[in-house]
Amino acid sequence: MKKVLPLVSVLLVLAMFLGACAQTPATEPPAASAEPLRIAVVSPSSINDLAFTQSISDALLVLKAEMGDGLEYAFSENMFVVDDAAAAIRDYATKGYDIVIAHGSQYGSSLQEIAPDFPETVFAWGTTVDTFGMPNVHAYEAASDQGGYVNGVMAGMLTKSKIIGVVGPIETGDAKLYVDGFVAGAKSVDPSIDVRVTYIGSFSDVALAAEAATTHIAAGADILTGSAQMVVGAIGKAEEAGLYWFGTQANQNGFAPKTVVASQVYHWEGILREIIALRAAGTLGGHTFTANLQNGGQVITMNPEVELSAEIKAKVEEVIAGINDGSIVIPKP
Amino acid sequence: MISDLFTTTVIIGIISSGIRLATPYLFASIGEMFGQRSGVLNLGVEGQMLLGAFVAFYVTLNTKNLWLGMLAAMGVGAVMGLAMAFVTVNLHATQGISGIGFYLFGMGMSNLLFQKLVGTVEGVKGFQKISIPLLGKIPVLGEIFFNQNALVYLAFLLVPVAWFVLNKTTLGLKIRAVGENPEAADSLGVSVAGIRYLTVIMGGVFSGIAGASLSIALLNVFQQNMTAGQGFIAVALVYFGSWKPFGILGGALLFSLVNALQLWIQVLGIPIPSELAVMMPYVLTILVLTLSVSKGQGPSALTKVFEREG
Repeated sequence: MKKVLPLVSVLLVLAMFLGACAQTPATEPPAASAEPLRIAVVSPSSINDLAFTQSISDALLVLKAEMGDGLEYAFSENMFVVDDAAAAIRDYATKGYDIVIAHGSQYGSSLQEIAPDFPETVFAWGTTVDTFGMPNVHAYEAASDQGGYVNGVMAGMLTKSKIIGVVGPIETGDAKLYVDGFVAGAKSVDPSIDVRVTYIGSFSDVALAAEAATTHIAAGADILTGSAQMVVGAIGKAEEAGLYWFGTQANQNGFAPKTVVASQVYHWEGILREIIALRAAGTLGGHTFTANLQNGGQVITMNPEVELSAEIKAKVEEVIAGINDGSIVIPKP
Repeated sequence: MISDLFTTTVIIGIISSGIRLATPYLFASIGEMFGQRSGVLNLGVEGQMLLGAFVAFYVTLNTKNLWLGMLAAMGVGAVMGLAMAFVTVNLHATQGISGIGFYLFGMGMSNLLFQKLVGTVEGVKGFQKISIPLLGKIPVLGEIFFNQNALVYLAFLLVPVAWFVLNKTTLGLKIRAVGENPEAADSLGVSVAGIRYLTVIMGGVFSGIAGASLSIALLNVFQQNMTAGQGFIAVALVYFGSWKPFGILGGALLFSLVNALQLWIQVLGIPIPSELAVMMPYVLTILVLTLSVSKGQGPSALTKVFEREG
């Protein structure tokens, strides 16, 4: 007994944890006569991270509002351990979900292994462009350099010190794309603007992100931006210092109403609608989707609380139109 | 470019950033040190910090009272410590695995509560900077050392206090005795279980404060998993500091100052890849740890179960 009790108590604690964090079905199983469409999402952070995971969660909420009982969805959040995510993906496929979304570029190799076992299931993987050539895998990505460019243009017009600070997570994926676009946008206003980029090596270290922002401010930056869920610490420091911030991934305007000038918001619902329509037409995969400003997959959401000059507002319209009609090509670094 | 680092702005920036970054480590490591000196290794610090951070944030958000938030964080840390003590002291569970269990519990529970009770990321008004009269006016030094928030001062005050308690009081003697030779301590009438309960609960309280120092003093926000491994670094710093308060202070400052330095290196555009820059504090800490000949071994009874004979 003495040997068993400790083991049991440890296991209980673990079980509580797993119980708390495992899938949270967002809707009740329906007693439907017409079969509802069933979608499952596996995502690395939490649905209210004000960033990457929130963007896909918000998209599903939009679809749910549109489709009502016609849609049933489940969400596994906080799947930052790839093995856990792989188990969840397989689990959803086994349970007969029609569309399984692996919302994290780190889930690729897991998906590559799982997808062939479930030829009837639609898998969607983002953010990436790679479908592995499999007939039941879609890929989706965000052209976050576009919104980054627009934010960068605004920042370039607003800066007085000609120094802008960027707080990035790890130099990869849509974060890198956003930062590169932002730098190009600011430089397009005035090539002499010094855009200083820091990557803190973590998606979750809020304290280090905050210190990176403080460092930028001490070094003379008067405008800040950054990507991923740890930036909430950095936004707080911009707010304390009375500086402007530009957001991306989800709408950060409400978090610091006097600070966040605009947010590039991802709207994945358009891509999800296409995936659903393709499935109805019998196509289970093979497409690569890009959320951009033109197809509404990305929207620059201005914060009405921050007053901008008519000149800047007009420039924003002009730049968005330019990106959409191809007259502005965002240079790759 | 490198010469850019040697300006007053940069040096003030590095040191004041370093001091802020060191604050949660100091609370958590000093707390953990007491547990380890009595023979209990608690790897659950990270979970205690996360729950402490959430509870402090939540209570402050709703009551607007920072000290109430602090108290709540201390309370939840104490409960986590109590549970850890029960599992390891009474049930004789393996300390390492139990600690990991409590870490996972703290992380999961803080996420769950955050989603159910708060729902979205928002800010609170946390502890404000306090400028110490006169001292705060000293050029350069005043700005670095005497213009911080209350918890930063508390963290640094904790170091000499912990040293005094550990080395100059009867309680400290008992803690050390229990950690070095519990059988002997027991035969002299010291309650091994009692001391271990006390130190592990105390460790929980300090971990709770460490979490609160993030969520209601330094950052004034809660985000899931926001401690990002700091609790584990805090445990490592106890080893780094050879189980001594001032050694821990040295380790925490070294790690944090190098972290602040690498941020400045990136901001000033010194051409070092960011991947290498963010590795600097870790690499340097490991280097110092391996190169410094540590004479003081850890407490002899660390991680060992104490069972009374007969």
